[in-house]
Parts: sequence; structure tokens; C-alpha cells
Amino acid sequence: MGLLLQDVDKIVGREVHLKDISLDLAAGSRNVIIGRTLAGKTSLLRIMAGLDRPASGRITMDGRDITGVSVRKRSVAMVYQQFINYPSLTVYNNIASPLKLAGIDKKQIDRRVRQIAQMLHIENLLDRLPAGLSGGQQQRTAIARALIKETELLLLDEPLVNLDYKLREQLRLELQEIFKRRKAIVVYTTTEPAEALMLGGNIIVMDQGRILQTGPAPNVYHNPITTRVAEVFSDPPINYLEGSIHSGKVILGENICFTLNGRMSDLEAGDYRFGVRSNHFFLNPNGPGDIKISATVELSEINGSETFIHIRHGDTSLVVQNEGVHQIKIGSAISVYVNPSRFFVYDKQGLLKSSPTGRIHQTGAAA
Amino acid sequence: MEKWQDNRAWFLVLPVFVIVAFSAIIPLLTVINYSVQDIFGPGQRVFVGAEWFKEVLGDKRLHAALWRQFLFSGLVLLIEIPLGIIIALTMPKKGWGASASLVTLALPLLIPWNVIGTIWIIFTRPDIGLFGATINKLGMSFDHTASSLDAWVTLMLMEVWHWTPLVALLAYAGLRAIPEAYYQAAKVDGASSWSVFRHIQLPKMRGVLTIAVLLRFMDSFLIYAEPFVLTGGGPGNSTTFLSIYLVKIAVGQFDLGPAAAFSLIYFLIILLFSWLFYQALQNAGKGEG
Repeated sequence: MGLLLQDVDKIVGREVHLKDISLDLAAGSRNVIIGRTLAGKTSLLRIMAGLDRPASGRITMDGRDITGVSVRKRSVAMVYQQFINYPSLTVYNNIASPLKLAGIDKKQIDRRVRQIAQMLHIENLLDRLPAGLSGGQQQRTAIARALIKETELLLLDEPLVNLDYKLREQLRLELQEIFKRRKAIVVYTTTEPAEALMLGGNIIVMDQGRILQTGPAPNVYHNPITTRVAEVFSDPPINYLEGSIHSGKVILGENICFTLNGRMSDLEAGDYRFGVRSNHFFLNPNGPGDIKISATVELSEINGSETFIHIRHGDTSLVVQNEGVHQIKIGSAISVYVNPSRFFVYDKQGLLKSSPTGRIHQTGAAA
Repeated sequence: MEKWQDNRAWFLVLPVFVIVAFSAIIPLLTVINYSVQDIFGPGQRVFVGAEWFKEVLGDKRLHAALWRQFLFSGLVLLIEIPLGIIIALTMPKKGWGASASLVTLALPLLIPWNVIGTIWIIFTRPDIGLFGATINKLGMSFDHTASSLDAWVTLMLMEVWHWTPLVALLAYAGLRAIPEAYYQAAKVDGASSWSVFRHIQLPKMRGVLTIAVLLRFMDSFLIYAEPFVLTGGGPGNSTTFLSIYLVKIAVGQFDLGPAAAFSLIYFLIILLFSWLFYQALQNAGKGEG
């Protein structure tokens, strides 16, 4: 039961917006669609909402075919990237509007508006107009409007992207709590891996109108089945080192060599691409198994309480995520260390052959 | 010493000040000067205080012209604003249709005002005019030089034809600026197209509509060239608007004092009503249920 999409395509003119989308979203599940801009996230949400019809494919909700059913006849609520509220209505009337349109009696509307407003901490703003509120308050109003109807489907299209960092974190925590208490299928889109991981639930990785991988958030994070998934689901971007395996040894980058062992020992000889996340690079060795990469510093940027060091090793650019704030001289020589157990190993087609957790879940569609 | 250096910034404002002085302040001062003096000729003048103002304010013909003017501007706003919004709502949103309708709409705005009058004189002539002759053929007598009602109808038609496109273009610009997500949100909420108009489109057009109302009010309140060419203020005094009457006093009778007093009152009325419209539109429809 739940929302089921089967082979959904969406084509506008000659552009393919969505291709072969098949998804099974269980009732009450939390789903996060992650993908870069133009990956098709919004197109997919619009299809789920019923705002657009798919070019082909079938959509069912609890077994009912709703492929051609218009949005007005569906039980769906949506929150947008922009802060969408009725400009001439007060916060109270904005939140109440879906219920008024549904013809629910005044007393009940009043009770529910106040309850939802309290949940989103806007109960003291009910008489104000949206234009007079801060961005965060406007989006809270929009979220309240989406939550007031107990819909089967709750869609959120990058709802926090236009808010500043602090507000985003706070609202994200609140949303998690709110989602837990609702029976609706929640679908949330984002471009940020950190946000996707924090929200948890099911991850759907999209790229160029296709679904690359689905599965529980930690599984997808630990086993990105293609290089593309790893790129979409890493921030800072995942690093790749080209290498090859010959007679029990791995030759990597500029003359880095180590012995195959553990999970990687059954890999066949050949060329591979070794992926490693930035937070697994260290400036000091942590153990005897660590390999050393010599490089020069290209750029160093401070991000919050971390320092991102962009380094060049031969032809390869890498990013090292280093705890703490450091001043590092551009152009200086640097040695970084990584434990080979941290490597994602991809073949030449970009398919995952070995991952640090050792288990490769072939959930979802491979590219 | 440092303070003196900071003050040099005032020099940058000087060019604007000079331009405004010559374009507005000095002419206005001249008018004020005329309005409080009786001038017989160069060097011969008498200070008369508020006498011209009293005379002008008591002028029955000016009262009539003022009411006529309010009626005209009121009708203009009542017709052009809703009609402009309706046209904007029905215009295509994109593609060649949008460009074609934009160009077609803009055409009347490109024609000089006195030419407009001439076009409509010919258009409404009872003997050869396309409009006038057709109406007469249908058995209704129509002659804007003989009947004051016909003169008004002709003027209103001309005014609406000439200036509704401006309102439509402004409203169209306002509509195009509304993000698509608003319409989606309304659809998801299950809102009717009337609620979409009432609660999304109309409030979002508030800014451009304020400009449209102010422009159309000021412009129609100052109307001169069109009735001057079309009717010359007649038949009788039925289309003698404020500016036509003002020109009669100032140029026809050469009563510069009363004309100057009249101009100042005219200016203040426009200022007052523009302010009232602005305030009303800024507060219209805020927070209603």
C-alpha cells in the first residue's frame, strides 16, 4: 500500500524531464529525494501531486489508479522553495484557507489553526500579513498551511533552501519531529547530502531525470552504487584516484602502492577508480596501514569550524576536510594520509565493486 | 576642517537643484506671483491678496467644469481599470500570441494626442465616418457636435480606446511577475479561479495598479488636446473640462490673475486626490477574511 509509481516518463517538447521512474513509497514513510539542480526532483513532485500528467506510466495510491486524477481531487499538500502565501490574507486566514475551501465549520477551523500555529511557533503572528514577516516566519506559515489538512501525501520541494543557516537547522529539527507524528507519506527534496542524512528515512538519488539508487539513508551513503551517486551524495564532493590492481598490489595515483587485503582481495586485476570522502583524509597517519599522498596545496578555505584544503596530486585534485581552523600556505607541499579500508572501489563503468562496509546493496535501479 | 570637506558633497546635488529650479520651482513661483497681483502691463501692478482665489472659487462655470471633470475622471477609472485587468488576464502568456497582442495593444499609445482627436472626428462623422454613419444607418441619430450625450460617448470611447492599453500593459506586467508556484499552491489547495484572482493576482498587482490608477487619474484630470480637437468644449459647455476652461480664461480673456489662482487650485486638487488614491490603494484589501 502507499504511493506506487510504475515506469513514469515525463517529456516536455523534446526534452526528457523524467525517465523510467518506478517508486514504491510505503504509507507513513519519510522519503528524501536528493539530486543536483535540474535532476528532475521538482518534476517528480509535480507528477506525484497531480499538477502534471506523466507522458506514460501508472500512479496508484493504496491500489487506486490516480494517474489522470487532477490535483483538486487528490489528498495532497505541498510546500515550495519560495515562500508561498496568499499576500492579502493574514497568517490566520492563510493557514485556514485549505479548510475553508473544504467547507469545514468555523469552530473546528479555529481549533486546528491554533493548534498548528502553536506547533510551528507562529501563534503570536496570526493577525499579521505575510509581507510583514521574516523569511523563516513566512515559510512556517506555508508549512502550517500544508499541514492543516491531514493529507495522504505531503510534498516539500527544497523548503529550507532560501533560509539562512541557523534557521534552516532549527526548522529542520522541528520538521523531523512533525513528520514523525504524521501518518502521511512525506516526500522531501534537497540538494544537500547533510540534510538528506539528517532527515533520514528513505533516500532516492536522482540525476538527469532518472532514479540512480534508492534505499535507507545510511545504506545509500555507505554504498553509493555508481560514481554518479557518490558525487551527488557527498559534500564536499567525493575524491577519485585512478589506479589499477595487478598481482595482489594496488598502484594508485603517482606511485602510491599498497598490498591488497581484506574485502578488496577478491577484486580482479584491471583498472579501477578509488573514491574516498574528504573527511577520511588526515594530515597525520592514524595507523601503520595508512597510505601517504604527497601533494601541493592549491587552496584552503575555512568553512565553519572546518578547513577544506584543496590539494593537487599529479593530475588529480583532491579535497581534504580538516577539523579546526587552520592557516595553510598556498603552494606549499603537504602530505595527507588515508586508510585503504576507506576506499570505495569503482570499475571503469563507474559501478561500485567494493565499499568500506563490505556489503553492496543492489537496491533500486542501477544506471 | 574635515566638516568643510564633507560638505562638498552638496555640489553633487547642485545640477539637480538647478534643473528642478528651472523646470518646476521658478515657474511655480511665477504662477504664485500672478495669482496675488493684478497686472495691467509691464511695471503696472497692484497687490490684491486672495481676491483672485475668492473670485475663482465663486465662479459658477468653474464649479460646473470641476464636476464635469470629476465625472469624466471617475468614469475613466471605472471603465479603464477593470477593462485593462480583464484584457491582461485574457492575453496569451507566451509564444507569438503574446508578442502580437502586446504590439497591437501598444499601437494607440504611439499616436500623438491631437491626431487622436482628428481620427475620431472622422471616425464619428454622421455622414462619412465609419462609426457615426453606421450608427445613423441603424436608425439611431448620432452627432457629437449636436448632442452633449453623443459628445460624451464619443469622448469616453476615444479615451478608453486610447488609454486602456496602458492599464492592460501594466496589469500584464504585474501578472507575469507572479511566480508559477503561487498558482500551483492554489491548485493544491483546491482554490477556484475567482479566489486565485481575488487572493493572488489582485494583491500581487497592487503595485502596478496603484501606478495605473494614479497615471490615469492625473492624465484624465488634465485632459485637454482630445476634447479641444474633437468638440472644442461643446456642444454648449458640455465638454468644457477644467483645462479647457482655464485656457479660455488665460488665453481667450487674458485674465492672468484668476487663471494663475485657478491653476494653483487645480494643482492642489490633483495633488490631494493622487494622495488619497495612493493611501487607499496601499491599504486596500489588507488582512480581510
